[in-house]
Amino acid sequence: MDDLDSRATQALVDIDKADTLEALDALRVGLLGKSGIVTAALKALGALSPDERKARGAEVNRVKDRLADALAARKQALEQAELDRRLASETIDITLPGRDGERGGIHPITRALERISAIFSRLGYQRADGPEIEDDWHNFEALNFPPHHPARAMHDTFYFGDGRLLRTHTSPVQVRSMQGRQPPIRIIAPGKVYRSDSDQTHSPMFHQIEGLLVDETSSFADLKGTLAEFIRAFFERDFEMRFRPSYFPFTEPSAEVDIRWDAEDGSTRWLEVLGCGMVHPNVLKNCGIDPERYTGFAFGLGVERFAMLRYGVSDLRAFFENDLRFLKQFA
Amino acid sequence: MKFSENWLRHHVPISASRDELAATLTAIGLEVEEVTALGALPDGVIVARIVSAQKHPEADRLQVCEVDTGKGMVQIVCGAPNARPGLVAPLATVGATLPGGISIKAAKLRGVESFGMLCSAKELGVDPDASGLLELPADAPVGTPLASYLGLPDASIEIKLTPNRADCFSVRGIAFDVAAALGGEVIPLDTTPAPAQSDATMKVVLDAGARVPRFAGRVIDRVDAKAPTPVWMAERLRRSGLRPISFLVDVTQYVMLELGQPMHAFDKDTLEGEIVVRPARAGEPLALLDGRTVELDEDFLVVSDSRGGKGARAVGLGGIMGGSETRVTDATRNVFLEAAHWVPSAIIGRSRKLGMHTDAGHRFERGVDPQLPAIAVEYATRLILDIAGGVPGPLVDVTLPAHLRSPEPILLRRARLARVLGLTVADEEVVRIFTALGMAVEPASDGWRVTAPSRRFDIEREEDLIEEVARIHGYENIPTHTPAGALTLAAEPEARLNELAVREQLAARGYYEAVNLAFVGQEVLERWGLTKELVALANPLSADLAVMRPSLLPGLIAALSHNRARQQERVRLFELGRTFRISTEAAASKDAPIETPSLAIVACGSAHAEQWGDAARTLDFHDLKGDLDALITWGGEPDRWAVHADGLPGWLHPGRGARVTRDGVTVGYLGALHPQLAKVLDLGTDVHVLELELEPVLARRLPRAQPVPRFPSVRRDIAVDVPEAVTWSEIEQVVRGTLGGQLKELRLFDRYSGKGVEVGRKSLAMGLILQDASRTLTDDDADRNIREAVAALEQACKAKLRG
Repeated sequence: MDDLDSRATQALVDIDKADTLEALDALRVGLLGKSGIVTAALKALGALSPDERKARGAEVNRVKDRLADALAARKQALEQAELDRRLASETIDITLPGRDGERGGIHPITRALERISAIFSRLGYQRADGPEIEDDWHNFEALNFPPHHPARAMHDTFYFGDGRLLRTHTSPVQVRSMQGRQPPIRIIAPGKVYRSDSDQTHSPMFHQIEGLLVDETSSFADLKGTLAEFIRAFFERDFEMRFRPSYFPFTEPSAEVDIRWDAEDGSTRWLEVLGCGMVHPNVLKNCGIDPERYTGFAFGLGVERFAMLRYGVSDLRAFFENDLRFLKQFA
Repeated sequence: MKFSENWLRHHVPISASRDELAATLTAIGLEVEEVTALGALPDGVIVARIVSAQKHPEADRLQVCEVDTGKGMVQIVCGAPNARPGLVAPLATVGATLPGGISIKAAKLRGVESFGMLCSAKELGVDPDASGLLELPADAPVGTPLASYLGLPDASIEIKLTPNRADCFSVRGIAFDVAAALGGEVIPLDTTPAPAQSDATMKVVLDAGARVPRFAGRVIDRVDAKAPTPVWMAERLRRSGLRPISFLVDVTQYVMLELGQPMHAFDKDTLEGEIVVRPARAGEPLALLDGRTVELDEDFLVVSDSRGGKGARAVGLGGIMGGSETRVTDATRNVFLEAAHWVPSAIIGRSRKLGMHTDAGHRFERGVDPQLPAIAVEYATRLILDIAGGVPGPLVDVTLPAHLRSPEPILLRRARLARVLGLTVADEEVVRIFTALGMAVEPASDGWRVTAPSRRFDIEREEDLIEEVARIHGYENIPTHTPAGALTLAAEPEARLNELAVREQLAARGYYEAVNLAFVGQEVLERWGLTKELVALANPLSADLAVMRPSLLPGLIAALSHNRARQQERVRLFELGRTFRISTEAAASKDAPIETPSLAIVACGSAHAEQWGDAARTLDFHDLKGDLDALITWGGEPDRWAVHADGLPGWLHPGRGARVTRDGVTVGYLGALHPQLAKVLDLGTDVHVLELELEPVLARRLPRAQPVPRFPSVRRDIAVDVPEAVTWSEIEQVVRGTLGGQLKELRLFDRYSGKGVEVGRKSLAMGLILQDASRTLTDDDADRNIREAVAALEQACKAKLRG
């Protein structure tokens, strides 16, 4: 009896020391196996009196349970250690760059142009388009620029031998959009425009977005509201705005829109960002729309200007150099 | 237009500060570009007269002057060479501090006492280039502070005028706008005629019809042409951006700036016979005031005299510039003043045609008040008589009344005004605005009848009046609304991708979007062999920007080169834009050029961005073909697309290029740049390009859903070896053609040549995925399919089944 106890005590020490699953299993066989000491002790019970057998049986079973628990606990510990070892050997450098993670990017002009278009499309303006090589009628005459009008001098125009020209603004799309349809009309026309002028602040090709709304109720107040909303939506902030009387042959009254811009040095200044006005009755008439029944407004903006302000680009020419070190900043 | 602030205030007294005035001008559409404050003249600088000047006993270059200060004589030691008795000059008295920081104290110079300093314009900060004492007119009032004598402080205000506001090219024109905006009143101009004191006159004949309906003039005899221009006039001119030249010229400039009427002064003694205003003759020469001699045509107008016959000699280019032979000089004794009305259409574009720009031309092109010529002549006459004397003859004022524009009343409807502005302006305010602008207003049943003054060429219709009310009432006083009008929602076509989506797709594949100018040089195009159907500009900025691009590729490749030259080995760019071409027949029949929205990509360097995981590999044809496949798969109908090895353009590698078709129509090209072109462009053989028409790429199938197959598919893999020349597309066609509808997919998963494969042949391994819509395919079905496919390949492609 004391013998079983002392051997069990020793066995518990051995179990704790077992450092492989195999060694642990050998111990289990020696203790609980067919010829193990616990099994032997259980077999020996038959020789005892019923009373002794009951007491002794309970004791042996307690020892058996203790040993079985110890074996199981040790087995679990060894298995965990084995798993830990294996996982440790599988460790990788998770800071290595991922595979195929490269991507390109869209041009900042496209980015600004799409942002502007999206704002107006939420207001129900549809995109419209027209040719870049225009005729004089669409680019000038229909827009109330008579031949030789001094306002034409403000548009340095590229011509072709046949008298056609590169559109100097996106306004001819107004004309094309109004011809052959009746209001309500809400369109925006983004696109490339051309002026024969090239220096630090002028590119011979640049991008404009023209907007046009014609219906039975629109007024100058609506124009002001629309552009104020647009400026706020584009820049995600409020600006002090100023509508200044100006002149475009195809709108009247006409205005230029300035916003109060904060320079990096903390000063502020007025920056012109838009031209706009109420569509001139002559233009409506030229497009077959009754100016007595309908009124409308139009506005135009330079996409490069908005991209420069929004993204802090200081040199217009950077947009057309296509230097990857520039383009990657907008990815 | 630049003008002196004080001059303006002289015509329209207002209490507004300079800042308020500038802000108001901008707010009413006369945009202020610059305000230059003038007259920070120090206190203690006065007008003084040198009474005597003696040589300094100790210094050769100094003089000791006795100077009259108006309050007594002081002694001044002066080093200026022009110091002389009788000269009136500025004196900085003791206690004054000059702009340079010099404070004037009583001092001894080489032993002689000096009580102040006689000053140059430079020392006063008036003119940085001046030297010597500033010489003031002899009649300048001695003792007066110099600032008040010069009419300082003042400011030069420069405004940017829109082409419709010709009337504001004059101080008085601006004054009316200011009066309306700031509530002042323009002081009436004194138009009292100068009575004739002789009957000296010139006969004037108007011979250009409606183009010159009015010509006013006057002879003034015995004028002192050498009379100095008074300081007040010279200063007003200077502050308006004009340099005083000589009195007679200055008077004409002065009247132009104040009233808006360009004028000319002839030396009457150089004119012969009568004046004829007529169209120029073709080839007629004219020597102009600026020293140039121009050759004219019938499009120009001239003022001529009778030297060599009536109207024979041109003496002035109408509405633009006078002639040099008849100009006034210091020796002029007798003057003939001219102020005519040239209608805008007769002047527009003429200066430009001669490559010149004059103040007169600029004004006449935009419209000058036809009522002004006589007024201007009277006004100039009085100035001349006052300052330079002379004997005036009678006013000459020849008019063609039928051609003189006189403003008609225009109806402004109250309701229309409110509707266009979105604001109801009070009746009194409307009347006040028009009246202040010098317009006549009469009530009408539904609004007002308004007649604009003849100087306002921009008031022709109701909208023009609405603009006047809006601008003077103030754009800032118009409310801000959101349009509430009707809205129609157009259907967005779903069967068309939008361009932004294509851009984002290419960006996701590693490409950066480029934007190139749409013009290229002929020379570059010749290198590419793109020489046909070009659309050339008539007035390009330069030879390398002379032709509308017939392809996006030359520009994109130039951008690629730009980056390669800047340590970027791996470049991947794309661009969306239009290409331009015109056929010879279309050009002959004056049709519009064809603009084709296009998409192009260019790439060079390694196939993947430098990385650690896989072996590095240089980009090849099939990398770009992968981009093409991605683009066309997106549209949902890749079966409509095909590539062909024939019909390639010269800029592609003949063995590594492809013509791309959709429904059999060529829509673009893809491949390696031709090695010769690459060499000329200083590029390597790794440069690959793709250019497609954009519309076919954007075309997208609207999906029609089919039931998902109910029966499982079977896959069988085979490998065949075939001659090198057999293309994958041939194999695909044979297999698909043989197996028909049961073949759901054919996937190429290996391509091999080399050891184990006969020279001149290659091994292709492919997986066939078979499926039937009505039953599960058995192994026997699958095996039979494979046998048939192999047999067909053996027959059509000389294939051998491997292993």
